Amino acid sequence: MAINKYLRERFFPHLWCPGCGHGTVLNGMLRAVDKLGMSKNEIVMVSGIGCSARISGYVDFHTLHTIHGRALAFATGVKMSRPELNLIVPMGDGDALAIGGNHFIHAARRNIDITAIVMNNRIYGMTGGQYSPLSGQDIIATTAPYASIDPSFDVVELSRAAGATFIARTTTYHVKQIDDFIKQAILHEGFSVVEILTQCPTHFGRKNKQGSAVDMMKLYRDITTPIGSKAKQENPNLIERGIFVQEDKPEYCREYEKIIEKAMGS
Amino acid sequence: MAKPILKAHKIRSDWCKGCGICVEFCPKKVLELDEFERAVAARLPDCICCRLCELRCPDLAIEVECK
Amino acid sequence: MQRNVKFVQGNEACVEAAVYAGLNFYAGYPITPSSEIAELLSGRLPAIGGKFIQMEDEIASMCAIIGASLTGNKVMTATSGPGFSLMQESLGYAIMAEIPCVIVNVMRGGPSTGIPTHGSQGDINQARWGTHGDHSILAFTASNHQDIFEMTVTAFNMAETYRTPVILLFDEVVAHMRERLVIPETGELPLVDRLRTSVREGIDYHPYLPREDGRLPMSDFGGVHRFNVTGLYHDMWGFPSSEPRVVHELIRHLFDKLENRVNHLARYKEFFLEDAEYVLVSYGSAARSALHVVKERRLRGERLGLLELQTLWPFPKEMIREKCANAKAVIVVELNLGQVLQLVKMAVNNPERVFLANRIDGVFITPIDIMNILRLIQGKGV
Repeated sequence: MAINKYLRERFFPHLWCPGCGHGTVLNGMLRAVDKLGMSKNEIVMVSGIGCSARISGYVDFHTLHTIHGRALAFATGVKMSRPELNLIVPMGDGDALAIGGNHFIHAARRNIDITAIVMNNRIYGMTGGQYSPLSGQDIIATTAPYASIDPSFDVVELSRAAGATFIARTTTYHVKQIDDFIKQAILHEGFSVVEILTQCPTHFGRKNKQGSAVDMMKLYRDITTPIGSKAKQENPNLIERGIFVQEDKPEYCREYEKIIEKAMGS
Repeated sequence: MAKPILKAHKIRSDWCKGCGICVEFCPKKVLELDEFERAVAARLPDCICCRLCELRCPDLAIEVECK
Repeated sequence: MQRNVKFVQGNEACVEAAVYAGLNFYAGYPITPSSEIAELLSGRLPAIGGKFIQMEDEIASMCAIIGASLTGNKVMTATSGPGFSLMQESLGYAIMAEIPCVIVNVMRGGPSTGIPTHGSQGDINQARWGTHGDHSILAFTASNHQDIFEMTVTAFNMAETYRTPVILLFDEVVAHMRERLVIPETGELPLVDRLRTSVREGIDYHPYLPREDGRLPMSDFGGVHRFNVTGLYHDMWGFPSSEPRVVHELIRHLFDKLENRVNHLARYKEFFLEDAEYVLVSYGSAARSALHVVKERRLRGERLGLLELQTLWPFPKEMIREKCANAKAVIVVELNLGQVLQLVKMAVNNPERVFLANRIDGVFITPIDIMNILRLIQGKGV
């Protein structure tokens, strides 16, 4: 397979549960890299902690498996020090937006050229199914036995407000969009966010009676709609998919190059 | 453009965890789970090379080769 | 020859030394009393083609320097107590993943916000034990600006030699005090550069397999060797492992690579120790008052000596035992409740003859404070 050359095959089969959407994200991400014809030596993947973070162990790039929530801070150091490298930072919802929320908004604010992938399964899988800041209300979790009362972040709106210059959302059902959006996100010069709704049948699906991985993917098909569709006007509860933001703004490392020029000139 | 023709449909059964995603979403119902809950291509002649099984497989276990 | 002489703060001496040592990436967050280091480097680094970034907090600062070290840079961050507390998890990561980096902690009063603008030496044990799990750490300190310069350069050299974070424990008094600094000529102080692997592309490279001399050659991110870096227990390729033998060897390696070299890593200065009846043991700003007492009492014929510690971790207990072997009494002079006192008591043959001269009220310890303790020990009354 074309993408197998990017895999560390000796670690397969991977550790994710049967039907876990994270594997589909890995699948799509590698297709994006393959379509871009990128060299393995020019990609650094930085991840944090959680099911999602284990993705970095499976890819034959420079891989930095860090601590919970801080992947973007590590990635900022890598990118800033070697701007010619491509930084891909896959994160879970808790990793990115609970413990890592501060780093997330600040990386977006700087518009540093990093591709952030939020693998949103609305749950902490690795620790056993506790609710996350993306679970939303009325969700059953191991720490919300009576249902969660916490409202959730909207990743797209949060990223937009924080200053991200490429923002897209899709799901593991809409698999062709995964590699398309990630490809565009990598090409985009600036902070890119790709949110991918990814099923956790083991912890989220089971507790919330959403059925199997297949059932959860059908749900993604049914509860999402392209941006600005007629269906959205008729049913505002639908979740929009597509590219929400794509704009050119000064990128952080390029701006710093100007600082260096200024400092050296003076 | 000519319709793609299937050259080979490979499933690494040691990587497959039997989630059934490929089986369910194959538009031509080419795939099924065997007695060991592993995906197999049971009706290969029906394959239209859409590769959705390969793209969706969370275990990266499927490869569809087309001419 | 005209020497490069400056009249500077201790923080500036640290900056001069870091640049001398080859620093080219700094990430930090403002905090008193270390902020001058960030301020100065924000100007200096881009002027030499280096990078400076002000992160969103100290956690991010520590993470960013680890990332930048992996691409082949000499890196540093500077902070004070509250920020140092925030850095503890990622400090552990740098220990586990063996990433060279330098962390300056300009100590102020604590716990918590404490007293930001006054000196303290309260973070000695935190530097050693702040992050979780078995590990070892290198920590240096200094009492004057020339020594700050030298120990900062040493810190960078040690970080590269042992692939480890190195902590510089300065204190507010030294950091904010101004005095003369002679900046050494290029080449005057030895510099250790990053040891890079000679393994060629396509040949299996083991980033975590120590050579016979214990050093681990590195390969920069972006280079021809792709490997994994993790905070999990890992094998010689950097891949997670829970194999008991692998885990055992990793933890022993992380501990032994410093703890088996305690004497080699020990930096200290001694004043009048040969015939000293009373040995003062001190470090950082407190050692300045201690030295004053020693010199002044020597003029009056009293046999006092000073052992000034510059390596605090790993703690050089054998050296201290030797230096204190013939003393009637040992007085540890420090700005805390006795963090080094306890270590000295464990090191010497007669722990009951080890006493403490300290202050914990944010006020700098004076020679009179030390003399008062000495007189009590001598039974002479204050």
